[in-house]
Amino acid sequence: MVAFIVRRLLAMIPTLFFVSIATFIIIQLPPGDFLTSLQALAASSGSGADKAAMDNLRHQYGLDQPKYVRYVKWIAGFPRGDFGYSFEWKRPVRELIADRLGLTLLLSALSLVLMWLVALPVGIYSATHKYSGMDNLLTAGAFLGLSVPDFLLGLIYVAVGIFGFRASVTGLFSPKIAEAPWSAVKVVDLANHLFWPALILSLGGMTQLIRILRGSMLEVTGQQFIKTARAKGLSERVVIHRHAVRVAINPLVSVMGMQLPQLISGATILGIVLSLPTTGPMFIRALTSQDMYLAGTFLLFLALMLMLGNLLSDIALAWVDPRIRYQ
Amino acid sequence: MSVVDKPSSRLALQDGAAAGEIAAAARAGQVEARSGLTRRQLTWRRFVRSRAAVIGGLVVLAFYVTALCANILAPYGVDQRFIDYLYVPPQGLHFDLRTGLYIYGIRKKIDPDTLLTTFSADPGRRIPVRFLVPGSAYTIAGPFAARLHLFGVTDTKMGVFLLGTDRQGRDMLSRILIGSQMSLTIGLVGVFLSLIIGSVLGVVSGFYGGRVDEIVQRLIEVIRSFPAIPLWMALTAALPQHWPPERVYFAITVILSVIGWTWLARQLRGKVLALREEEFVTAARVMGASDARIIFKHLLPQVFGHIVVISTLAMPGMILAETALSFLNLGLRPPLTSWGVLLQEAQNLESLRNYPWLLTPAAFISLAVLAFNFFGDGLRDAADPHTA
Repeated sequence: MVAFIVRRLLAMIPTLFFVSIATFIIIQLPPGDFLTSLQALAASSGSGADKAAMDNLRHQYGLDQPKYVRYVKWIAGFPRGDFGYSFEWKRPVRELIADRLGLTLLLSALSLVLMWLVALPVGIYSATHKYSGMDNLLTAGAFLGLSVPDFLLGLIYVAVGIFGFRASVTGLFSPKIAEAPWSAVKVVDLANHLFWPALILSLGGMTQLIRILRGSMLEVTGQQFIKTARAKGLSERVVIHRHAVRVAINPLVSVMGMQLPQLISGATILGIVLSLPTTGPMFIRALTSQDMYLAGTFLLFLALMLMLGNLLSDIALAWVDPRIRYQ
Repeated sequence: MSVVDKPSSRLALQDGAAAGEIAAAARAGQVEARSGLTRRQLTWRRFVRSRAAVIGGLVVLAFYVTALCANILAPYGVDQRFIDYLYVPPQGLHFDLRTGLYIYGIRKKIDPDTLLTTFSADPGRRIPVRFLVPGSAYTIAGPFAARLHLFGVTDTKMGVFLLGTDRQGRDMLSRILIGSQMSLTIGLVGVFLSLIIGSVLGVVSGFYGGRVDEIVQRLIEVIRSFPAIPLWMALTAALPQHWPPERVYFAITVILSVIGWTWLARQLRGKVLALREEEFVTAARVMGASDARIIFKHLLPQVFGHIVVISTLAMPGMILAETALSFLNLGLRPPLTSWGVLLQEAQNLESLRNYPWLLTPAAFISLAVLAFNFFGDGLRDAADPHTA
């Protein structure tokens, strides 16, 4: 198992290297740089900026150096935890992104947990009560869940929230207690503001897991060893939970790896819709203002999160299915 | 390399058949094989047997026919404004035998406190809705101009707003119908581009193996290391503001296919890897067939069904991606009108509270995606019964 993990970690290094180069190239793609977009903004509001001052700033920010030099400087800072400087916020990138990446991670992790907590019992129920009214209802619901994208669900949630309940649905805290010191009320408020986004985010993946579990349970329960277990006189509960579910769960674990990108994508866009302080809002702002180191660091960390998530799901798969470990 | 080839997202929806069902399907397959039908006929038979898939397919077809005739079906032009009727709520369509179809007149009221204009139906006035009324001019297939619209009212001062109007007094229904042209075609073009890149690289990668394969697989891995939406956001943010709309449209399709092709390439590579060792390929090679001939004459026809299925399954993702990007002001932008562009109006909490009908494009998006999902799933099960 250790050898397997080490092998996978080593394989990640070259990919990470290429990913960082790709990130840098993408961030460089827009014509001009932060200062030209600043200049355009200044020009549109009537105040012309002085060219010498611009050149001075450009030199100060290192924007006059060749691209590869800037890349090497940027990437060399990573081991030291120096991710460059945000032009727009006039602060080091590290100070800006830590909370936001953390919240994105928290939101994604919460919805992953929620997804599994709901999908396991429901999927098993669906398979053991095949074609029952409830199962058919769940099937229809699954297709619906897959068809309404999370950002639309977010919009609908906002609409229902402000239209029906007049409640505060966006942000992390209700406006009244946002500034208040930590208390039980504030924690409940935070949980309330995190639960619904997490649920919205998990819905697509949840329906997917339910369908897969149902399918794989149906396949497994048709096999001989289940018949044997029943013939031995084991209770139905033991047959299902001890024998069938253990085998049927494998495809779920392997699908987890491809759900992570969806979760991270979803958390980004849902953060924008619900104005949560996740990566989303700041990332999009950084992109449009060409605050390149901030945007690039976000993109790189999101990719890193995805790669690590994939690694974890592969490890989980190797753990539940020993055949993979020894390949 | 990943330990397992991750299944495509839609695979998730497949209904696992119990062992008994698989055996029955195999028996049915034998019967079908004996009946002497071609593969295409068999696929068609299996497809029409699935009710959900057929309905999904019909809805998809209806969407595209609507998009094609959007200018006639829509009562108004996409940018036609009724400046006296901003934010009119959806009007109900009524029917009685004397007047036929009619709508109520609109009563305008200004709230003295908030100065907010509200509209309500005026049951005292009945305005008949007529079919095939002349309205704003549009062009059919280039040079032919027409003015006829499927339905409308003869009064040019006001209009029939079945789904309400927006901030600028434009009819939502017309905008949704005409916007569907963008939303539905951007998926088609995007899928087509991914198809070209994906099949070339996938087949070549599987067929030649070795170094080529290594490079292509690495490339796919790097691209897939990025979460889709943030990557798309970064790429679309790079599009210059001054580009003309057509170029933005094309650029978006290219950006969407940057990720799209990797799915197809991975799957085709797997197929080709397996097929490469088959006897008919060896036979062709022994007979002196060139690589190109083997790929185009022998391998591609074998994987063609697979390509069709994967591209159908890729459509909903493309439609959703365009919507999401346009919604974030990063994708298409006015004067282009797509469902995502329409949803931009619903971004604002204030307008969402006061004018909830701005969310109606979301219903159309969901319906289109749902239909594509059912259709694609049925197609996959029909084309490849043994994996279903």
